[in-house]
Amino acid sequence: MTEKKVSILVVDDEESVRDSLYNWFIDDGYAVECAENAKQALTMLEARDFDIILADIKMPGMDGMEMHRRIKILKKEPIFIIMTAFASVDTAVQALKNGAYDYVTKPFDPDDLSHLIRNAASHVTLEAENKSLKDRITTLEDVDDLIGESEAMQQVLREVESVAQSNSSVIVTGESGTGKELIARAIHANSPRKYFPLISVHCGALSESLLESELFGHEKGAFTGATFNRKGRFEMADGGTIFLDEIGTISPKMQIELLRVLETRSFVRVGGNKEISSDFRVICATNRDLKSMVDNGTFREDLYYRLNVVNIRIPPLRERVEDIPLLINHFIRKYCKSMSRDLIAVEPAALKHLQELEYPGNVRELENMIERAIVIGNGKEIRLNDLPMGKEVMSSSIESLDDLERKHISSILDKYNWNISRASKALNVDRATLYNKIKKYDLKKGSR
Amino acid sequence: MILCGHFEQSVIDRISADILNFFYFPLEVKECTLNLTSFYNPTRRQYDANLLINAVSELSSPDAIKTISLFRVDLFIPILTYVFGQSMLNGSTGIVSLYRLRNELYGLEQDNHLLIERFRKVIIHELGHAFGLIHCHNPVCIMRSSTYVEDLDQKEMDFCMKCRTELDKRLDINSI
Repeated sequence: MTEKKVSILVVDDEESVRDSLYNWFIDDGYAVECAENAKQALTMLEARDFDIILADIKMPGMDGMEMHRRIKILKKEPIFIIMTAFASVDTAVQALKNGAYDYVTKPFDPDDLSHLIRNAASHVTLEAENKSLKDRITTLEDVDDLIGESEAMQQVLREVESVAQSNSSVIVTGESGTGKELIARAIHANSPRKYFPLISVHCGALSESLLESELFGHEKGAFTGATFNRKGRFEMADGGTIFLDEIGTISPKMQIELLRVLETRSFVRVGGNKEISSDFRVICATNRDLKSMVDNGTFREDLYYRLNVVNIRIPPLRERVEDIPLLINHFIRKYCKSMSRDLIAVEPAALKHLQELEYPGNVRELENMIERAIVIGNGKEIRLNDLPMGKEVMSSSIESLDDLERKHISSILDKYNWNISRASKALNVDRATLYNKIKKYDLKKGSR
Repeated sequence: MILCGHFEQSVIDRISADILNFFYFPLEVKECTLNLTSFYNPTRRQYDANLLINAVSELSSPDAIKTISLFRVDLFIPILTYVFGQSMLNGSTGIVSLYRLRNELYGLEQDNHLLIERFRKVIIHELGHAFGLIHCHNPVCIMRSSTYVEDLDQKEMDFCMKCRTELDKRLDINSI
């Protein structure tokens, strides 16, 4: 990849100054352009951006200070360096107060000019790097999967917003598939810790010894297979947030160790003897009732109270059915985009069916259904038979047993022109039974 | 090469060998016919490098690939307090002076050997610009920007690999 050249605009009414600076900067590998007055420079700035502007303070017409003021109105933020032939502390101070990066007096010492521009160029590069890193972090922590206009979900979002700015421990509770990790990501992304890592640990997926090594790290040789030193998740979360999912599954021994880490914010790697400190925030999640676990003695009460400073409960999808159409649209956009397909609609019968389901797997179940329907569907709309159970729904709603019986008797009667004897013989029932059925289904000749 | 002032033959010979060694072109030496008083700025008590470079380019031989002119006077350009030398990127002409390269100017003991080393480095550097090379970030490359004589002493009398490769490409183009 080619590195982008730092761009410099030289603004001076003296041709010799413009030419000299142009040659000097070109030799240094910068992209240089020149303007002979402030007006020309402003026109150039409307068309493109420059990283550094080196402008004479005294120019016919608009001076350098006024030009700087107008650049700020244009919402451009180049590094602005003022040049002057007349050394004056007052103008220097004024220029710096107005946000100029530096102030130089002509003629410059070559070394001063070299240093000044090198520092300014480093500043430009660092700013660009900083912006790019922040953009990357914001992208990584994008929490646009949190969808919901229902009052229940709005309440959750309000709680997320208010708790994000604090440093308190949070327990997120909710049934499986409600989006507990998304809530943890939302809290982290809106907190002052957002430029540091969010480290997730799925406690339920690891055995006690693995979880210990995962959380605290280990020293080389601590156990068979520990062939190198490894940082633990608490260490990796320094400055950021650690998310402990399925906290209700950890063993009594790990509960004690976790409590100690939460109290001291320090720990020792497995097989090590050096105390390591880390500044992290804890967010836990569980689909179990921790209070009941405390009551029956399977979860430590002191750990429970240490973790349960703020409790956010995510409602199951069945308690916020009004969010289902929004979620469907969101998942359609998400998967059509990832599969590079055009956005598709949802057939009304399919939408009705999706709104009537119970969703024991909550939002995750709905998401999987939409993804599956997009994959197997016709690419134009999601139909009822693209959904699991949809075919059964289709046949059962239209073709109940009674419906079938009614239709069949009616068609046989029509076939034999309502001759009851022949129809009952064809249906293999006696005449009385047929009369009873005609009465039950209110069948009349010529009224199919 | 145009000489504006007296330079010992041994120095000319070293420079001639350098140019052949680094740029593969033979050197033709001419004496300068310029009257330097018209380039003198009495306010700054220095000689205007921009005016001199224009004047020297008019003295160049029509068949010269590049022209470098050597001076013994203090050079300046309007925005800088002094320059060791000056040339245009991809231009035909460069000028170099040994005035600011002397140890005595900085209160140090005279050292003619060091002076000639510095002079040769500035000449090769300015010719590098004339052949289209920009400043290099390699601390020992001859194309590294030097604003103090100490910077010149830290550089080697050679191009880094990157500048050498770039120069060879440009020499190929110039020799066609």
